[in-house]
Amino acid sequence: MSNNIDLKVNIAGLELKNPVIAASGCFGFGREYSRYFDLSRLGGIAVKGLTPLPRKGNPPPRIAETPSGILNSVGLQNPGVHAFIEKEIPFLRGFNSAIIANASGNTIEEYESMVEILSNADVDAIELNLSCPNVKEGCLSFGSSAGGVYDVVSRVRKYANKPLIVKLTPNVTDITEIAKAAEDAGADSVSLINTIRGMAIDVKSRRPVLGNITGGLSGPAVKPVALRMVYEVSKAVKIPVIGMGGISNCTDAIEFLLAGASAVMIGTAGFENPMAWVETIDGIEAYMTANSIDSVTELIGGLIV
Amino acid sequence: MNTKYKIVKAEHLNSDTFMLTVESEIISKRARSGQIVNIKCGDEGGVLLRRPISICSVDRDKGTFDIVIQIRGKGTKILSKYKAGDEIDIMGPLGQGFSLYPKHKKIIAVGGGIGIFPLLQLLKDHPAENKKVILGFRNKSCVILEEEFKQACNKLFISTDDGSYCDKGLVTDILRKELDKEPADMLFFCGPLAMMKVGVEIAKEYNIPCEVSMEQRMGCGIGACLVCVCKTKNTDDWEYTQVCKKGPVFSGDKIIFD
Repeated sequence: MSNNIDLKVNIAGLELKNPVIAASGCFGFGREYSRYFDLSRLGGIAVKGLTPLPRKGNPPPRIAETPSGILNSVGLQNPGVHAFIEKEIPFLRGFNSAIIANASGNTIEEYESMVEILSNADVDAIELNLSCPNVKEGCLSFGSSAGGVYDVVSRVRKYANKPLIVKLTPNVTDITEIAKAAEDAGADSVSLINTIRGMAIDVKSRRPVLGNITGGLSGPAVKPVALRMVYEVSKAVKIPVIGMGGISNCTDAIEFLLAGASAVMIGTAGFENPMAWVETIDGIEAYMTANSIDSVTELIGGLIV
Repeated sequence: MNTKYKIVKAEHLNSDTFMLTVESEIISKRARSGQIVNIKCGDEGGVLLRRPISICSVDRDKGTFDIVIQIRGKGTKILSKYKAGDEIDIMGPLGQGFSLYPKHKKIIAVGGGIGIFPLLQLLKDHPAENKKVILGFRNKSCVILEEEFKQACNKLFISTDDGSYCDKGLVTDILRKELDKEPADMLFFCGPLAMMKVGVEIAKEYNIPCEVSMEQRMGCGIGACLVCVCKTKNTDDWEYTQVCKKGPVFSGDKIIFD
């Protein structure tokens, strides 16, 4: 590997050693994947979505395979933010990778409280989850309207003493309006896309495959949609955009960077290939070497139209 | 981490079930009965998820292990096309296997349908003096690995749903009859949820500990994605627990069958 290649990116003051982040919800708190590769290789880790209190999550089955995609309906099962701070941060700090805490709540007050708690915890950034499609309260009920996003983000902003990333849902008419509302309310960055709402039916039993009836679609099937949204949002806002949605390899990742993303998140691809993150980082580096690109930042928004 | 191994034998056992023998010193050395492997289906057809399959038997001397797979959908269909000499991508062994306690002198293993396979290595590995097996199949054409099971236990019972082979009826009815004749120290169940639910009730009734092997649609297979959960009891309430990491084998009294 050449020493001249610079993979560093900057997300609202948070420097990442490379632009590849493990996406929230697919990576737990890193423990399981730490048996497969050195977590210090990652630019960052967005941990499993956290809530003020532990959550049991939705009834199984929680996953359905669809062509080139998966539907999930986990429903934010997590041990609660306090257990995360006590048990998981010390583990994650054993690696040299940015910790991004993904936070949800049922009410604006809960979002405020989560941001306050996480601002006092040893994490590097907060990703505000306004986009989980699998819970009844919070998330989409705020995240699917520009007004809702503005309300939550402007209310939590004053509690955040570290980069505040707002994770957006694609389940809206115009995602650029939502992204602009987040920016106007003080978000430091936006990440997109969360999953696309969908469902699957078992025709033998005539029942939905998922215990929650509907779920969220991820995987290569959503990539073209995600890429288009990242492209449009990158043009609509000035804050850095983190792109995700069906990224499985370095080619996918570079597409998102060219579309305007300053960093990318990878989730579903890791189910099939636990080395997906590492191979993507190595692949970006190889692409840069082959194309005489010194800094990965040269790729960001480098789409030629 | 290497996950690529060579298939040394691929054999169809009946119209929709096949066995792959895979060469892997590391998996065969580490594998305990009841554990699973998570198999990549290949790059064709947009099948993303690996398929979690229980390890059926292990040859630790040869460094190989067997998995038996029933063709159920796209992924298992792809896997059914693998031939000897092909390379296959397997993560494992994963999860928790069956408990092999020497104090359990008399055991009974009860399996139904494709749930019978992990019981074979359990029987081979278990130190008990008296091992009985009760296997249930839909009909005669579904009966497979009969000889292998016979060799691995003291007494084999088979039942079919339609009575086309051996006894007609439920494996749990045979279990009850056997327990009335002679007590057991430990019971193992693997198969349809309804069978395991009745099995756990019988175990409780006869005051015998038991273990069940749970099945659930999986995502990552290593415990990170919280997709493949089942309902389990905890100290004061209940929770959803990952089948891939904390199971697939659980103590029967931990599971809440809804």
